[in-house]
Amino acid sequence: MHMPLEDTLGLNLLAANQHQAEHNREHFDAWQLLCLNVMSSPGAGKTSLLERSLAALATDLQMAVLEGDMTTQLDAERLEAVGVPVVPITTGRACHLDAAMVSGGLKLLKQRLDPASLDLLWVENVGNLVCPAEFEVGEHRKVALLSVTEGDDKPLKYPVMFREAHCVLITKTDLLPYLPVDIARIEAHIRAVNPRCAVIRVSASSGEGLAAWHGWVRDQQAAVCGPFARATSPTLVTA
Amino acid sequence: MHEVDMTKCLVLSMQEWRQQHDPVTPQVQTVHLQVGTFTCVEPDQLVTTWRAAVRGSWLDGAELAIETVPLVGRCVLCNGTYSPDPQQAYRSPCCNQPMEEIVSGRELRIRSVDYRLPEPASPSATTAPQAPLATAAAV
Repeated sequence: MHMPLEDTLGLNLLAANQHQAEHNREHFDAWQLLCLNVMSSPGAGKTSLLERSLAALATDLQMAVLEGDMTTQLDAERLEAVGVPVVPITTGRACHLDAAMVSGGLKLLKQRLDPASLDLLWVENVGNLVCPAEFEVGEHRKVALLSVTEGDDKPLKYPVMFREAHCVLITKTDLLPYLPVDIARIEAHIRAVNPRCAVIRVSASSGEGLAAWHGWVRDQQAAVCGPFARATSPTLVTA
Repeated sequence: MHEVDMTKCLVLSMQEWRQQHDPVTPQVQTVHLQVGTFTCVEPDQLVTTWRAAVRGSWLDGAELAIETVPLVGRCVLCNGTYSPDPQQAYRSPCCNQPMEEIVSGRELRIRSVDYRLPEPASPSATTAPQAPLATAAAV
C-alpha cells in the first residue's frame, strides 16, 4: 500500500494556537485597531503603568483592555476604575494567555461595545517571564516590562521574552536612587539579546518616560491603523 | 510547568493534522519534533507530559522523538556564525557584537509523523494485513 508523503507538516508545535492567533489578528485588522500584548514578571508594574497610560491616551484613542490573571479580578477592577472597558480573563491554572482565551475575551467585549470603534486593544498578560513569550494571542506588538528591582541579569536569564519584544520598558525608575543597580547594565543586557527593540525608561509613579512611551504607542497605532485615530466614543451595544 | 500547555497545543495541532485523514484515524507511532534551545521548552518535561496527555486518546502509545537544535547566531559584522553564550551576553566572540540574527535555536516544529492508516474492515478477511509504516514529512 502506497503512503504518499504529505507536505502539510513542518507545523509549528504550537500551530493550533498560531492559527487562532492569526484569526484574532484578522479581526483586529478588520476592526482597524492596534493590539498590544503586555508581558512581564509578576509585580513589574504592568497594571500601574496601564492605569497611567489609559488615562493619558484616552484623550485621543479609544481603548479597551483584556486583563489576564490566574485568579481574582483585582487588576481588572483597578483598570475599570480609569473609565476604560475591561474584560477580565481568569486563566485558572494556566500561567499565560493563549489565543483561544483572548478569543473568548473578545466575544465578551463584543457584548459591551463594537470593537470597530476602538483604536487600541491592550492585552495584559499573566505575570510570567517564560510562557507568554511563546504563546501569541494575535497581537501586533509585544511589550515587555522589566522593573529595576528585578536585577540586571533578567534579560540574559529569560532571553526569549526580551528577544520577542518590540518594546522593553524599564519600570520603577523612581526607585533607582535607593538600589544598587546599574540601569546602563540593564539596557546593555536587553540590547544584547534584542538589538532592535525600543527601550524606554519609565516610572508610573513619577511619570518619567511616560511621554516617550505614549509616543511609541501612538506611532505603532498609526503604523498599524493609519495616521488618523477616530475621535468618536466607543459604540456601546445595548441589550 | 508550561509544558502541559505546550503539550495540549501539540495535541490540538496533531488533531488538525488528523482531520486530513477523516474518517479514518491514523495510528501514530512517533511524532518527530525539532525544539530549539532558545525556546521556553524543556524536552524531557515535554515527553513526560505528552505520555500523560495522550493516554486513552487516539494518540495513545505514540512517542515523541525530540531533536534538539542548538542556538546559532550570525555576527552582524563578519557574517560568521557562532554559538551565543549567556555568560558572554550572547555577543559574538569574533567581533563582540550583540546577537542580531538568530540562525537556529527558535524551532518549535513538528518535523514528521510516523503513522499507519488502518485497513478498512473487510467481512471476507479475518486478519487484515498491517499497513506499512508511512512518514509524513516536512518539506
